[in-house]
Amino acid sequence: MSRPLGRRAGALAAVGVTALALAACSPPSEGGSGDTASSGGSSAATATSAADLGGMDALVAAAKKEGALNVIALPPDWANYGEVIKAFQAKYPEIKITSDQPDASSADEIATAKRLKGQSGAPDVFDLGAAVALANTDMYAKYKVATFDDIPADFKDADGTWVNDYGGYMSIGYDSAKVPAPTSVKDLLGADFKGKVALNGNPTEAGAAFAGVQMVSIAEGGSAGDLTKGVDFFKQLKAAGNFLPVDPTPATVESGQTPVVIDWDYLNASLSAKVPTWKVFVPKEAVVAGYYYQAINAEAPHPAAARLWQEFLYSDEGQNLWLKGGARPVRFDAMKTANTLDADAAAKLPAVEGTPVVPTQADSDSGKKYLADNWANAVG
Amino acid sequence: MADTASVRPAGALRRLRPSGALAGVVPFFAYTTVFLLIPTLVVVIGAFLDGDNRPTLGNVSALTQPAVVRGLVQSVVLSAVTALGGAVIGGVLAYAVSTARPGSVTQRFFTSLCGVLAQFGGVALAFAFIASFSAQGLLSVLLSEVGMSTGGGLWLYEWDRGLMLVYLYFQIPLMLIVFLPAVEGLRPQWREATETLGGTTWTYWRRVAGPILLPSFVGATLLLFTNAFSAYSTAKALVPQANPLLPLQIGSSLSSEVILGQENIGKAMAFEMVVVVAVVMALYAWLDKRSGRWMSR
Repeated sequence: MSRPLGRRAGALAAVGVTALALAACSPPSEGGSGDTASSGGSSAATATSAADLGGMDALVAAAKKEGALNVIALPPDWANYGEVIKAFQAKYPEIKITSDQPDASSADEIATAKRLKGQSGAPDVFDLGAAVALANTDMYAKYKVATFDDIPADFKDADGTWVNDYGGYMSIGYDSAKVPAPTSVKDLLGADFKGKVALNGNPTEAGAAFAGVQMVSIAEGGSAGDLTKGVDFFKQLKAAGNFLPVDPTPATVESGQTPVVIDWDYLNASLSAKVPTWKVFVPKEAVVAGYYYQAINAEAPHPAAARLWQEFLYSDEGQNLWLKGGARPVRFDAMKTANTLDADAAAKLPAVEGTPVVPTQADSDSGKKYLADNWANAVG
Repeated sequence: MADTASVRPAGALRRLRPSGALAGVVPFFAYTTVFLLIPTLVVVIGAFLDGDNRPTLGNVSALTQPAVVRGLVQSVVLSAVTALGGAVIGGVLAYAVSTARPGSVTQRFFTSLCGVLAQFGGVALAFAFIASFSAQGLLSVLLSEVGMSTGGGLWLYEWDRGLMLVYLYFQIPLMLIVFLPAVEGLRPQWREATETLGGTTWTYWRRVAGPILLPSFVGATLLLFTNAFSAYSTAKALVPQANPLLPLQIGSSLSSEVILGQENIGKAMAFEMVVVVAVVMALYAWLDKRSGRWMSR
């Protein structure tokens, strides 16, 4: 996921070096992943559905026996993850959740899983951006949650290796007390936005910022795969003195340092709770959709708890919690039909007009190649 | 030590009293192995391996990419300018503080203040500057109310203007702390002796104090250079969007979720940083030797 990395980056780097050094010293721990010993644990590691274990009750029992779940890179203010974790903890108090490095990136999740492979502290589940998710599919366990059939085919791997979890549209968040309401991406070049427009991260690093450049590119007549126009726009934005190269966080938004933020609509929406005048705008000329990916670590130290966590996330309860955080859960349409959707939360989603663009793998490949060569020049 | 221990029978080992010298050195070696040697080896070896751990020169040749070269040049320029600026300003301040009565309130105040400021870095420092000088910052708003414009505050996010100012904020106090003991070592009698022999202030600085202080000055400047060269979180918090510096590019290569498989290029960049520091150290050793010869003449 793309996170405002700055806050913990220094500490993370130091921890990384130390861990690297220690990992180099530690003996190889082959077969460590099997040390959950109990028959429930070892069969859970290969179970591809709750039915494989003898049903939901057996899965819950096996997970309680393991008694722990490691999640990683889930910031409490991201798609309502704080409440999701709390709700799971309240439902299964016997399973202790350890939430590691909440501000880490998707790449950090995979790196941590590799480094801690075979140890009890390794992450059990991943929540990943598209590029990282699709590049590491050999690390995931195949698993189909009970509601698997509800999920549209485009949003899951047919075998359940990965499943999209929640998504949204690239948006422009702004403090309506400080700037006039933008009606298009072009408006951001105006004098009212001097020194005020921030992008959530560096697009050569963070998925959200990358999608932001895609949005701007489409608005400027380019495409999701051809980011020339997008980079040109940011060059103009910088030349106009409007581009604010600060990583926005809830703190910078609250203190008024970043009055305009290009980010996913659910992240922008969650800021309204802190800044009442904060509004979210999805430009209709450039509606870019993006979904995150959910997967189970094949080497999960707590395989049953990992599977139970997935069942929870894709249950009506879990999906509605994401919706409450302003994200669009992947079972949105099915739940709407079945009338299990939280209608109040759905009504609060930012309005979206126009045809959504879902960037493909080819788009992201050509886009990142262009950004790697040109982004630093444009805004550096 | 190892030889004598190895010829004893195993049972005798229990009676072998650990040598005091060895006990003192072991933690040090353990520490440097874990925190210096192994990470350095990981970096150097990784710089020459590809994603599948096969030997390659691809990572090193990736260092010639224009963006990486620019990162290196800007890192060196930023570190050199703030090291020299910090050394000159901090050096003068250190001299000024040293002329105060030893142990006086002024002196204690300035040294403890600088002790705090030299450690005031990272995200907190960056945020302090953003809160004061950015477009919406407190000082910028105050200044614009009295009719003075700070130019939108965007200069703060430029690596050459903003970062240099912010780095100087901790470089100057650091210089004062590391250089103060050297200037305090200057005896007033030496100046009196110079004057007695008909020397001017210029003669004193040129022939007496200068040569004595030069090695510590160069050493402190070098410390400042490496301090700035390796600084990460301040820059990360202040200019995260463009990665203008090498440490930022290394961080990006490790945690980017957009451009994948760059980890070993990151190690090659870290190796490049090790080489730069080694060159600077060699330069220092050479200068130190020369200044030593000069002084013995």
